[in-house]
Amino acid sequence: MSSFNGFNRRDFIKSAAALGALSFAPYASAMGKRSPIGRVVIIGGGYAGTSAAKYIRMWSMGGIEVVVIERSPQFVSCPLSNLVLGGSQQINDLTFGYDLLKKNHGIQWVQDSVIAIDTGARKVTMQRGDITYDRLIIAPGVDFIYDSMPQLQTTEAQKQIPHAWKAGWQTVYLRQQLESMPDGGVFVMTIPKAPYRCPPGPYERVCQVAHYLKNHKPNSKIIVLDANAEIVSKKGLFTKVWASTYTGMIDYRHDSAVVSVDVPTKTVSTEFEQVKADVLNVIPPQRAGKPAQMADLLESDYPWCEVDFLSYESEKIKNVHVIGDSVASGLPKSAHMATSQARVCASAVVELMQGRAPDPMPVFANTCYSFVDDKQAMHVANVYRYDAAKKIMVSAEGGGVSLVPSDKEGAYAKAWAHNIWSDILT
Amino acid sequence: MLISSVILPSQGKATEDFVYVGQALHTRTLAASCAACHGTHGNAVTFNAEFDATTLAGLDKAYIVQRLTDFRSGARQATVMHRHASGLSLEEINQLADYFSHQKKIKRQMPATQTLKAVQDE
Repeated sequence: MSSFNGFNRRDFIKSAAALGALSFAPYASAMGKRSPIGRVVIIGGGYAGTSAAKYIRMWSMGGIEVVVIERSPQFVSCPLSNLVLGGSQQINDLTFGYDLLKKNHGIQWVQDSVIAIDTGARKVTMQRGDITYDRLIIAPGVDFIYDSMPQLQTTEAQKQIPHAWKAGWQTVYLRQQLESMPDGGVFVMTIPKAPYRCPPGPYERVCQVAHYLKNHKPNSKIIVLDANAEIVSKKGLFTKVWASTYTGMIDYRHDSAVVSVDVPTKTVSTEFEQVKADVLNVIPPQRAGKPAQMADLLESDYPWCEVDFLSYESEKIKNVHVIGDSVASGLPKSAHMATSQARVCASAVVELMQGRAPDPMPVFANTCYSFVDDKQAMHVANVYRYDAAKKIMVSAEGGGVSLVPSDKEGAYAKAWAHNIWSDILT
Repeated sequence: MLISSVILPSQGKATEDFVYVGQALHTRTLAASCAACHGTHGNAVTFNAEFDATTLAGLDKAYIVQRLTDFRSGARQATVMHRHASGLSLEEINQLADYFSHQKKIKRQMPATQTLKAVQDE
């Protein structure tokens, strides 16, 4: 059965005592003195991992032990983080602790890095030791591929040329660089080939940088080098906003994949040209996160993880589930999507661990807002349902995008953020 | 024909007995998917008065059904809810309404914001 080896003994006793003291408050009556049904270990405390942890605890009435392994001490939201670049949000508005989530749901939490996963022995190795599991859920987000830009792998290089595609200090550095840029400077952003995290995200970022520059450095210019053949998401809306609100500021170049980057001169090369920047934001190509790589869950010809969409169990390895951006789903890699997948996975795990079948026809929603300035936003929203013949999630009727961005949708986007933060972190 | 004019079967004891196996599982994950905007178990956070998402917990079932079918048919204008309502079956609308009408209305917590710590990010 499960064992919990290698922890600092005092820490382990402390966390066990803390759990005892909670006595699974919301679940006390259902829980009784029954021993747990088993242990689920979740790697990653982002949108997907936190949702899975909370909903497994709720739906198992505290009967399943949940251990989350997360490297970072804090949760920093990627949604709304482009607004830090535009200046209407601060990074500290988007940074939270995990305390309420842990306390409210009796979740065990280990702040540590995963260094190995042995799916045969059902064991995860962290810096501080090993932990075994009955089921493992991997929710690591994305990993960056530096093959065409090895110079950008170092921390120092990323300080000079941040990707800022995982909200945190790089978001702050990029904002500081924009603040220091002279009026008349050139901001260059590169977009990787899809799929990548947050399809409309790069184009929202262009709007945010343009909003800042228009108001503070109106002689500046933005060059977008997109590896894709065209704008990947909300194309009509972004095209219109760029032409009307940010007239003459944005030079968009499609089919422009990065082939090399020169860090000292902030020069990026594509197959066709060299472009020199004052502020350079390279968003590297992406693949499933490192823990998914450690467990050997990626496809050989495609760097994402195939799963069974009824349970999010890996198609390659039993008792290992993958949720969030690392999944090869063909659907947008968004925060709402990550939480929706996490809840389907959580529901299935609770049933499977008690010898019951999961829901054979899951349906869920995805809403994704993009801000075009400090106030106005626009949506893309869809319901997705399981197609039993194709064995994938497909778009239901009626999905689509806003007619125009609006202040009202900007307010709804903020409400979305507050509700999803409350849902996953409390 | 307006979809909103379709009369949904009323949920007497007899109909409830015939709910297919797995309905509860189906509805709980679908309902949880609404949490991104409407909060856990349909309890939305209070944040910005007129732009707060509706708290669905404890609302009258018939009212929720009417709203969703009106969004679905276009009888009621929406900014984003027509996208979601249109993707649901009438049975799912009925089940969601039943689910949310039975949830207890509580005040949702918000996690406190923090100062970003000086850690190395990736």
